[in-house]
Amino acid sequence: MGDYINIGRSVRKIDALSLATGADKFTDDYEIHDPLYIAILYSPVAHAEIKQIDVSAAEKVRGVVDVLYYGNVQRVLHTTAGQGYPEPSPYDALLFDRRVRFVGDRVALAAAETREAAIEAVKKIEVKYRDLEPLFDMEKAMDESAPRIHVDDEYTKIPAEYRPEQNLAAEIKIGFGDLERGFNEADFIEEQSYRMHYASHCAIEPHTSCAYFDDRGRLVIVTATQVPFHVRRIVSTVLDIPVMMIRVIKPRIGGGFGGKQEVILEPLVALVAWRNKRPAKVVMSRKEVFISSRTRHPMRVRLKTGVKRDGRISAIEMDCLMNTGAYGTHALTVLANAGGKVLPLFNKIENLKFHGRSVYTNLPVGGAYRGYGATQGYFAFNQHMDIIARRTDQDITDFFKRWHIREGETSAVFKALGEGKEGVSQVINSCKLDECIDRGAGAIGWHGKRGKRIESGRNRVKGMGMAIAMQGSGIPGIDMAAASMKMNDDGSFNLYVGATDIGTGSDTILAQIAAEVLKIPVEMIIVLSSDTDLTPFDTGAYASSTTYISGGAVEKCAEDIKNQLLDTASVMLKAEKDSLKLDAGKVIDKKTGKKVPYDKIAYHTLYIQDQFQIQAQASCTASESPPPFIAQFAEVDVDRSTGKAEVVKFVSAVDCGQPVNPVLAEGQVEGAVVNGLSYALCEDYIFNSKGRMVNPRFWDYKIYTAADIPEIITIVVNSFEKSGPFGVKSVGEIGINGPAPAVANAIFDAVGVRMYETPMTPEKVWKRMKEEGVN
Amino acid sequence: MKISFVLNGRDVLLDTDPLRRLLDVLRDEFNLTGVKEGCGEGECGACSVLVNDKIMYSCILPVGSVDGSRVLTIEGYRETERYKVLQEAFTEAGSVQCGFCTPGFIMAAEALLSEDASPDEKSIREAISGNLCRCTGYSMIVDGIKIASRKGRGLW
Repeated sequence: MGDYINIGRSVRKIDALSLATGADKFTDDYEIHDPLYIAILYSPVAHAEIKQIDVSAAEKVRGVVDVLYYGNVQRVLHTTAGQGYPEPSPYDALLFDRRVRFVGDRVALAAAETREAAIEAVKKIEVKYRDLEPLFDMEKAMDESAPRIHVDDEYTKIPAEYRPEQNLAAEIKIGFGDLERGFNEADFIEEQSYRMHYASHCAIEPHTSCAYFDDRGRLVIVTATQVPFHVRRIVSTVLDIPVMMIRVIKPRIGGGFGGKQEVILEPLVALVAWRNKRPAKVVMSRKEVFISSRTRHPMRVRLKTGVKRDGRISAIEMDCLMNTGAYGTHALTVLANAGGKVLPLFNKIENLKFHGRSVYTNLPVGGAYRGYGATQGYFAFNQHMDIIARRTDQDITDFFKRWHIREGETSAVFKALGEGKEGVSQVINSCKLDECIDRGAGAIGWHGKRGKRIESGRNRVKGMGMAIAMQGSGIPGIDMAAASMKMNDDGSFNLYVGATDIGTGSDTILAQIAAEVLKIPVEMIIVLSSDTDLTPFDTGAYASSTTYISGGAVEKCAEDIKNQLLDTASVMLKAEKDSLKLDAGKVIDKKTGKKVPYDKIAYHTLYIQDQFQIQAQASCTASESPPPFIAQFAEVDVDRSTGKAEVVKFVSAVDCGQPVNPVLAEGQVEGAVVNGLSYALCEDYIFNSKGRMVNPRFWDYKIYTAADIPEIITIVVNSFEKSGPFGVKSVGEIGINGPAPAVANAIFDAVGVRMYETPMTPEKVWKRMKEEGVN
Repeated sequence: MKISFVLNGRDVLLDTDPLRRLLDVLRDEFNLTGVKEGCGEGECGACSVLVNDKIMYSCILPVGSVDGSRVLTIEGYRETERYKVLQEAFTEAGSVQCGFCTPGFIMAAEALLSEDASPDEKSIREAISGNLCRCTGYSMIVDGIKIASRKGRGLW
């Protein structure tokens, strides 16, 4: 591995310079000539039927060109979830409907010559609602007396449990072994429920889309998306515009985290542009992002385990109830991941049952969010295992090391729980979780501080907690990525990928992979990504897939280029192909030492002899999804008098295979950790009794700033994943799974109370201490 | 109303509603799109500019209030030696992920370093606590500012 010139090196992010200068364009920075500005009217009520809607006053506002609502827009059921086709999410959404299902549901839009006119117009749309009984408690969603939220012809594209008449958006049941026997064999049963709450992705760039026409009348959509190819397909379906008439361009994206895996605004700009033959533009305000885009699905996870005295788990039952909100976006797959990304970690449990249900409520809509269900599952799992380790008198680090899945092992859960269909069997090729646990424990001083309840001040006490997790690398059998390359006169290469850099640095690491195969500096690769006219297909930036699957496509493509370079060089050098190798932008004959630089090869092929262009394309799918592993440790300082839990140090040790770019890999983990801590301790959707979020702004939906964060240490533990290009696995999501349970375990270590519910605010910690009588 | 100010070193004069947000004027009238809007309510700092060397949120600043002032955006600042040091340091430290917040952080770093050329960690964290970043987890931005402060000795 030592002879890599690009892989494993923290080469500079190729767009860092243009981003720092502010020159690189985000969607809102595109100069669109004379656009119509769109403003959207949202439902102020959680559940109602629109009795009457009068848009005449809105239409009269000076500058207003179009007002759209259910009365003049085609009714096409679809899902906004930007997933592969057929999407596993139910088709339960319309662009505009007669019925509104949450505060923030779309009612109408106005398109006008100015932003101000559009905003004024939506205020003048008169809507009379007939209130329907709202449903806010997911535990009651399936009661016979519960109001029904979807009453029309909603359906699923795939065979799946979907019963809207019971507000059931998805259901999954799997199991093996004999659960009853397992519980009977146990020395004790441990059973608890754990709850995670709503959260907003808070990408600093709000959702933004614009559309215009090219010179030949084709529709061009520039949009802040993680899934440009899915955008093209879904817009085509919903608006009945041929795919060939649509081009989607992804410019720079100001963060996604799953929030931009939704196709929310693109059909609106496309529709307004198409109807009016004018460019159109829409930018969400922060408030709109909070109330009307997508969120992390709240989930209640009940874990019941049968445990032997030595800590062996004889049976495990995981029951998940997920609130998908008003629409079923990712309702099946996030739910599946809560089990599928968690249960295989303890693969020696012979008796297992997983039961999950996603239910509709009249609350904001869940969606993809970094961690994708695994975060919710691991909050439960890691606290539960901490409880078991303590009850069996073991240090949790030893307990985890004894039971986690290892190289060469498998779990029946991999096959049983896929994303929208059955999963795939896989054997773990790479797992350095023991090393992650040991190095993380060392870095935080675990053994000297855990269980010591060190007093750090008056009424202040310290505690230590940890958590482990795995994720996946792409969706096996579903995700596909493609890449193409061509060679230029000077020996540089254009690399075209469908893969979508949303700020992660994927353009950079894909260039590194190509440059490594071709033994050239990364600067010799010119990357163009995510333009449906110019680049090949890719399912998009989600499911921790880009490095592993898109990287696989780039490696294959570059290997083809390499082969062509060798063929041409063997003619030019009159040498056997077998004796040639690539080295620093040249092809060298190992026997004679003769060499030919790439620019000469390009010149030769383009102008001199048997002319052709050195170019290649490749596609990549995955037959497995090798999990990265992580161990995360929190040192927490709890103020007994206020209940405030402050994280003073947080350590992550991650096995992501061979990191392509260590600084970018660490950046992924650290960003996920801070998001995870902020979510665990303070971010929260606060609803009033009518289902309205009352804090849709950054000053009271508080996300961490630089002044709030603890000392953060990230350790990258190298492993080699033989199924991935250059040994890579994923790293984008996994880091968000550990903060909440590690902090919860640390709070227990400090003050002896279990936090079964997030966010672990001072009020809640204080209340729990009161309940347990420990303060 | 006629409003004049010095924008990135150039005198500008425009006739506009003094209550228009400075952010909109910068982006729409002068095409200075390095100034970003992330929240529109003075919380995220993506729209940060320097007004008479002080860091300000341009999304909550009426353009009338900068009449007669000096306004510096990333587009003006990027022409300076100080900027080049910061950019180099940010790139080296991995401070830039999606980059949407980066111009705002660089302006906040300039405001800090011009007050205190060798700030300690706590001062750095406080100085950038008016800027939100969801990608990096901040530590790499703090590192970037530390590197700039070291390498740019004498510039501030």
